[in-house]
Amino acid sequence: MPTTFPADSVGLVSAQVAEFSVPLALECGKSLPSYQLVYETYGTLNAGRSNAILICHALSGSHHAAGYHSHDDAKPGWWDTCIGPGKPIDTRHFFVVCLNNLGGCAGSTGPLSQNPETGRQYGPDFPVVTVKDWVNSQVRLADFLGIQRWAAVVGGSLGGMQALQWSISHPDRLGHAVVIASTPKLSAQNIAFNEVARRAIISDPEFHQGRYLEKNSAPRNGLMLARMVGHITYLSNVAMGEKFGRELRDQAFKFGLLDAEFQVESYLRYQGERFSQNFDANTYLLMTRVLDYFDPAADFGGDLTQALTHAKCKFLVVAFSTDWRFSPERSEELVSALVGASKCVSYAEIDAPHGHDAFLIPTQRYIDVFSSYMQRIAQEVTHAH
Amino acid sequence: MRIDLQIIAEWIQPQARVLDLGCGDGTLLSHLQDTKSILGYGLEIDPFNITACIQKGVNVIEQDLDVKGLANLRHQHFDVVVMTQALQAVRQPDIMLDEMLRLGKECIITFPNFAYWKLRLYLLSKGRMPVSKTLPYTWYNTPNIHLCTFRDFEALCRDKNIRVLRRAVVNDDQESQTLAQRFPNWLGQIAIYQVTK
Repeated sequence: MPTTFPADSVGLVSAQVAEFSVPLALECGKSLPSYQLVYETYGTLNAGRSNAILICHALSGSHHAAGYHSHDDAKPGWWDTCIGPGKPIDTRHFFVVCLNNLGGCAGSTGPLSQNPETGRQYGPDFPVVTVKDWVNSQVRLADFLGIQRWAAVVGGSLGGMQALQWSISHPDRLGHAVVIASTPKLSAQNIAFNEVARRAIISDPEFHQGRYLEKNSAPRNGLMLARMVGHITYLSNVAMGEKFGRELRDQAFKFGLLDAEFQVESYLRYQGERFSQNFDANTYLLMTRVLDYFDPAADFGGDLTQALTHAKCKFLVVAFSTDWRFSPERSEELVSALVGASKCVSYAEIDAPHGHDAFLIPTQRYIDVFSSYMQRIAQEVTHAH
Repeated sequence: MRIDLQIIAEWIQPQARVLDLGCGDGTLLSHLQDTKSILGYGLEIDPFNITACIQKGVNVIEQDLDVKGLANLRHQHFDVVVMTQALQAVRQPDIMLDEMLRLGKECIITFPNFAYWKLRLYLLSKGRMPVSKTLPYTWYNTPNIHLCTFRDFEALCRDKNIRVLRRAVVNDDQESQTLAQRFPNWLGQIAIYQVTK
């Protein structure tokens, strides 16, 4: 329990809520009559309102990207390694905004919220939103905060997809897009893993067609399995090997089939269980669909270069050598399209052993590249005054 | 800035789209961005150089030419493709030259001239692989696996029907500069060529 926080932490933070009463039309054809977005901010907005950075979260993330909610918190926000004074997203220079996306389960309107039409929780009736819808909702948050143009929109994995979508959908409203460990679209293999996760949840007897809340229940087992599969795709073979190898929990085989005998088994079970207690299954289903559907090139006959023609911002793209979920090749597709569209782009492939999760881990070279790029943005913001 | 980079900078038109293969710390592209408002991209593999480029605000792409080639870049997308003192270090310089001319309307190439008289003398007198300021490596750790001369390069251009638009000769010694223009293969330390198809 830290009584004082590390010097490079944003310290104690608290969430805020923005209410929106103008209906939001969604890509699926439905609309949300009203909604709320929960968000956190770190740092100070400058007089010109030009130093704002939007952080977009990935599949299981939330608005709590950095700092601590209380002195009792065991862990800081999910991207505390990269946000804070002296860190790549330096809160001495930037005003940082991170929100929980629509359909999430951390406080923004989603399956756990009350459906105004029925008076009950949305549950499975919450509309399937898309990255485009998210970005549109984020535009309204920017308006609400009085931010006409983000100095940068930054995200890893699914968060990077949002940054990319911003550059295409709202080219005048951001200066830079930082796309880390991401991809311009999911592969069949990516979708296949998502499908396994979804089937695990849906086939749980406690799922009740998604109406488990009404039955005071939850498909915990299914959600646990979904997270276990997901977790495997976040780590590299090397990282798993280094962390667990073939280590057993006891000295010898038990010749049983039910217990977790290998350390890796018990780790995955523990991670899955913990996750299943804190996350909503309908949100998980929805987030995986958001991932599956993302394909900004689709509106342009599958031509990503064409899709990026109207982008005005500059790009930093970062990939990690052992990420097999969204491998460096996927980032390189994006980089090639950006060069083809004559956009400013820098790309680094960071040699890191951690797999997809590497975007959350402060490897020295990653931090150097990320910090250098963000410092340039900080200089631009300062010189513009 | 290095003298060869200064010469190259003079040859590049304002607003050009420039690809610099093996762009180092981005000195040339940064200079061209400031003085000629070019749209530049550098390819580089050294992590420290990549960070240095980012710090200068130069677009830099981590891509190993010998591993990934340039197939991901579009035909005739660039006005100029530059390669400074790196052609001698790639695995297949002739194919690289073709690729550079596929991507760009013209190419600017610089390389150390292995026929420079001091290098000839070094080999002749010592009987050992020359080590000099422009070629500071020993034979076993040099990245320069395809060293060549002015004459070699021009022969390759003739074979490939590549037109030489301009040639410049760099010699450290200011007084030899004029003479070096007349006898580049003897007196030039660094060769600079602007070529097209």
